[in-house]
Amino acid sequence: MRIAVLLKQVPDLVEEFEIDDAGTDIDREFLTFLLNEFDNQALEEALLIKDATGATVDVVALDDPEVDQALYTAIAKGADRAIKLTGANGDGWLSTHARAAVYAGWLTGESYDLVLTGVQAADDLDGQLAPMLGALLDVPHVSVVVGVEAADGTARIRQEFAGGAISELDVSLPAVVGVQAAGAEPRYAAIAKIRQAQQEGNVDEVAVDPPAAASGLTIRRMYPPEKSDRAEMLSGSEADVADRIIALLRERGLVQG
Amino acid sequence: MNNDVFVIAEHSDAGLTDATFELLGAARRLADAWGGQVVAVIVGNAGVAGQLGSADVVVTVDAPADYTSEAHERVLAGQVTSRDPRLVLMSMSTQGLDLAAALSATCDRPLVSYVVGLEPDGDAVVATAQIYGGKIMAEVVVESQAAICAVIAGSFPADAGRGAGSPAVEAADAPALDGLRTTFVARHAPDAGDVDITVADILVAVGRGIGGEDDIELVQEFADALGAPVAASRPITDNGWLPKSRQVGKSGLKVKPRAYLMFGISGAPEHLEGMRDAELIIACNTDEQAPVFDVAHYGTTVDLFDLLPELTERASA
Ligand SMILES: Cc1cc2nc3c(=O)[nH]c(=O)nc-3n(C[C@H](O)[C@H](O)[C@H](O)COP(=O)(O)OP(=O)(O)OC[C@H]3O[C@@H](n4cnc5c(N)ncnc54)[C@H](O)[C@@H]3O)c2cc1C
Repeated sequence: MRIAVLLKQVPDLVEEFEIDDAGTDIDREFLTFLLNEFDNQALEEALLIKDATGATVDVVALDDPEVDQALYTAIAKGADRAIKLTGANGDGWLSTHARAAVYAGWLTGESYDLVLTGVQAADDLDGQLAPMLGALLDVPHVSVVVGVEAADGTARIRQEFAGGAISELDVSLPAVVGVQAAGAEPRYAAIAKIRQAQQEGNVDEVAVDPPAAASGLTIRRMYPPEKSDRAEMLSGSEADVADRIIALLRERGLVQG
Repeated sequence: MNNDVFVIAEHSDAGLTDATFELLGAARRLADAWGGQVVAVIVGNAGVAGQLGSADVVVTVDAPADYTSEAHERVLAGQVTSRDPRLVLMSMSTQGLDLAAALSATCDRPLVSYVVGLEPDGDAVVATAQIYGGKIMAEVVVESQAAICAVIAGSFPADAGRGAGSPAVEAADAPALDGLRTTFVARHAPDAGDVDITVADILVAVGRGIGGEDDIELVQEFADALGAPVAASRPITDNGWLPKSRQVGKSGLKVKPRAYLMFGISGAPEHLEGMRDAELIIACNTDEQAPVFDVAHYGTTVDLFDLLPELTERASA
């Protein structure tokens, strides 16, 4: 069994976002980039399948900002091989349509049984990668997945619905899966192992053609949500703030006394 | 292409979803502006067609009752291609996350995800989408004008789509569903859990800002002092720090308590879906740009580790 996990870097959402001069994109210059949290779940699910079946797990990424760190970390966690597809990223936002086209082209020449990636990403404005890739490759795809059990030629997949209901599905392989949550909390990689992966420097770079596909969307403007109906901010020390919060609850009869 | 607006209707075990009616209301304004019809498409459950009174036309297509992406995609792609509406509206539900991007590729139509606003602009649609976990809004125009929009639940009033009427019901031919590679096996209801957070007056909700499992206790102490249950965002239940029955949001429970107190929750759209109608929302988050402050009534950027002991002390007094 061969598994590919597609990884993507996204800006750290805890940081302050600014809009660029044109007003149509975020300014990436001072942002930190991290592995999309759902891709991290996809990686964990792949490693759990590897633990259970001895499958090989390859991690694959485009040339996103600070992506080497994510690839080395994946190796340190137990991925067998890291592959970086170069030449596809432009300067700014790379649409899912473009990403899907690059991956579909590359995967067609490979022979993976399962392709796992995150259910969504913080910037996939033009749609989610897993279903798009499934459609382009004409293989079955399932998203919002919380469990994958793979055995020769098929996988039993758990798909989650509103309120936490679960459907169990069998899909024949190859298939593409959009992972919501792995069966276990994503494992940590020891810093020493990440360093070792870095020193060995074994990320395979593969040059690909720039994608012809585009999102078909024109972004007129980007802006932070309007401030008008934002929360009234409670100021002062933690004691002052606690006094205010308890008073608010008391006014409504929600705290006694 | 014609001027119609498709609404992909969704049903759960409890009937048609609220999101379906929200989409119908939004579709009406656009279809009227373009001089087209609102066409509700319902796959595999023709019995509910009578509830879609605010559509002009209801198209029903046969499909296996149990949802699989593969069968539904084949059915919907057939309808979108043959009827060629100007716009297709779907909800950002599991089905939306499963299908919208696949249909975008199969039907060669641009897709806007995370939509919270829709306006007609001449023949085009202008969609406002919420990206980067709700920190940034993007105003997007679809150039080709034949688009798909996946809409976040709660973005439009459901009442606007609940009108009574008697739309024409058309039973469309189902495409051949042979050669499917996905088989439905079973459906499991969510675990009931020890506490029903949907009936509580106050909820104390904890998110990833808490850092680790051991510190959940800090939140529990405050909740105990208030006599309130602890609710959680998804990462907390995914990590197994609290049971899944405590999760609020898109894939958790919808709650509407008299007070919802949030500690270390960023306010991602998927969480807000489950609690934005709470009567009083107070959020503690050290990031003053956190989207949670867009829905909270009161907020503070004080560190939760400093604030919680103070609160517990006062609530126990
Ligand atoms: C299909 C789907 C369904 C989903 N369903 C749900 C759902 O039902 N419910 C849900 O919650 N999520 C759901 N999600 C996940 C959602 O997208 C977010 O990932 C999640 O809500 C984030 O949880 P959080 O706010 O706890 O964590 P984060 O987004 O990581 O936020 C943590 C926050 O804590 C703050 N913080 C850190 N330290 C402190 C401190 N010391 N004091 C105060 N604040 C601090 C940070 O500033 C940050 O804003 C779903 C996602 C998908 C794709």
